[in-house]
Amino acid sequence: MFKPLLTAATTALAIAAFAEPSDAGRAFVSNEKGNSVTVIDTDTFEVIETVPVGVRPRGIILSPSGHELYVCTSDMDNVEVYDPETMEFLHTLPSGPDPELFVLHPSGNPLYIANEDDNIVTVVDVVTREVITEVPVGVEPEGMAVSPDGKYVINTSETTNMAHFINTETYDLDINVLVDNRPRYARFTADGAKLYVTAEIGGTVNVIDPATGDEIGKIEFAVSGVPPEALQPVGMRITKDDKLAFVALGPSNRVAVIDVATDEVLEYLLVGRRVWHMDFTPDEKYLFTTNGNSNDVSVIDVEDLKVIKSIPVGELPWGVAIMPK
Amino acid sequence: MIRVTALIAALMLLPLVAAAKDAIILKTAVLKIDNGPVLPLSRLDLPAENDGFAGAAVGLADNNTTGRFLGQTFEATEVTAKPEDAIKAAEVAVADGAGVIVALAPEATLLALADHFADQNTIILNATARDDALRNASCRANVLHVAPSRAMLADGLAQYMVWKKWTEWMLIHGSHPADQLKADAYRRAAKKFGLKIVEERNFEDTGGARRTDSGHVLVQRQIPKFTNRADDHDVVVAADETGVFGDYLTYRTTDPRPVVGDAGLVARTWHPSFEGWGATQIQRRFEKAKQRRMTDNDYQAWLAMRVIGEAVSRTKSADPSVLKDFILSNDFEVAGFKGQALSFRPWNNQLRQGILLADGKLVVTVSPQEEFLHQKTRLDTLGFDEPETECAF
Repeated sequence: MFKPLLTAATTALAIAAFAEPSDAGRAFVSNEKGNSVTVIDTDTFEVIETVPVGVRPRGIILSPSGHELYVCTSDMDNVEVYDPETMEFLHTLPSGPDPELFVLHPSGNPLYIANEDDNIVTVVDVVTREVITEVPVGVEPEGMAVSPDGKYVINTSETTNMAHFINTETYDLDINVLVDNRPRYARFTADGAKLYVTAEIGGTVNVIDPATGDEIGKIEFAVSGVPPEALQPVGMRITKDDKLAFVALGPSNRVAVIDVATDEVLEYLLVGRRVWHMDFTPDEKYLFTTNGNSNDVSVIDVEDLKVIKSIPVGELPWGVAIMPK
Repeated sequence: MIRVTALIAALMLLPLVAAAKDAIILKTAVLKIDNGPVLPLSRLDLPAENDGFAGAAVGLADNNTTGRFLGQTFEATEVTAKPEDAIKAAEVAVADGAGVIVALAPEATLLALADHFADQNTIILNATARDDALRNASCRANVLHVAPSRAMLADGLAQYMVWKKWTEWMLIHGSHPADQLKADAYRRAAKKFGLKIVEERNFEDTGGARRTDSGHVLVQRQIPKFTNRADDHDVVVAADETGVFGDYLTYRTTDPRPVVGDAGLVARTWHPSFEGWGATQIQRRFEKAKQRRMTDNDYQAWLAMRVIGEAVSRTKSADPSVLKDFILSNDFEVAGFKGQALSFRPWNNQLRQGILLADGKLVVTVSPQEEFLHQKTRLDTLGFDEPETECAF
């Protein structure tokens, strides 16, 4: 079922037309409905290739080494692993049922996967390809984050409305924090001092002190002319210097820019339709956003805070992971 | 006759996080009124015996999954009673500590329950009764409506008819009171959204068997005759809550027109094919637990349990009056796979919610339609808005 996408002739063309693949930064976009991954050259913003993958690809991440690309193929109940250089299919990992989002431990192993149907987080050893354990969490686990020191994995449960702090040594839930409705995503600042949790239906971002689990702030959104219920926070990215945070606001077609020091909204950027997930280029010059209902990726110039480009991708782009050069 | 079944309490998969002295236990009675069997036209629509109860059970399990992180336990008792036994059955449950009654009951029983418990610290969640009167002149302060009203369903349908420009309606209503009330809701919706009812007909229920071996032969001849010589219309709107004739109209009318309302394209709260806004998750959860598809009644009972669960986890209280105050406050919101927060209208205790329009297999659209604006929330374009309410608590 993993057919080589390009014929020999088009491969030759692709190599002739674009820079050497290993030199170019590349973005990998999972197309939930297209059952494919679109590979984009992050220097030229051109699509390099579109590779068929398993059914219903959603969560997508790269290993810290850059040697593996992990794709949650939700309707196949596993994780597919690709060589990002060649997009050659390597193997699958067990994932538990209906995997949606996942994170890797900062060391590159293990992988923590949210299984939204079974109220569990599955922990998988990416080397032995075995399930280490399953951690029971709240109803409809979704968002996954890992603390910079690797001590905690955060899972958000969408119907329980909590952020669960999973101790990565004991797999105990050391802290369970009630947050706003339908928490979709979690993200630590690089210094580990703040944990952000986006609440899609609550329309807010909860700011949590990871040391105590206390809520220390709440970010709300308002855009004139946009109905408040359309402002649905989903994916999030924070610059490495902990200055700016970007929050994808779903069907409002906006990305909010947050001042991390004050947790105030600085700006709203208009992107494509139903924006869900995002990733920076390694130099953090650009932020790529996946826009599910317009089948494109918007490119944000991070310094100018301007949307500079729209790149057509496959059907229902869901997640994006960007490869270091 | 009264039937009582205790549902499971907390799943003790994990140790409770709070000490026993802080533990909160919320008891609910899920009360279903048994009005005897009503046979649908299609055997595909035969209701499951646990219709509604099954949704409440999944809601209870969801609440307990959350509750175990907060030291909160949810218990529920399923009670089935004839209308005349409803109060007695509810009294037993309340005496046993139930502070909340989730009622799967018709209007008259619901009102009797509300008045009986008016002076007690008991709240009633109406999970199935659609009567507009319950949200207006007959409203009760101790009843919260999770079920949508007929007006909300009709408005949701009418908005899509405007969007489609299917503006001229032939309204066919049944002869039962519920059908007449539904016809009223369609007339009101047509007026509200500038649509025109060009023709009205009454389909008299003459009794007799709903289903027979070769009934289709008769129906094939009967419906064209019944729908003959109507004024020009874009759609046929069936007001047939009783389910006597609506499904006979599709493909059989004299003029080739779509059928909407209580047959064909139906306004409802749930559909087993619905996958929007994460709904696949609860469809799968429900099917795994109950080995069948989730119905509107299951969804509404699930949502009633989630309303309670959400209020208990936010207030950390099991006191019904505390829960009710919070549920009716601006701080309350609950997620119900409708793409936005659901909350209650304080003027008549009605839950705001999106309405699905679905045919037999798929959801066609979800109302409110984007084009219908409102100064507060577009959800309030469905049903009785604050300025028009006749409810006074």
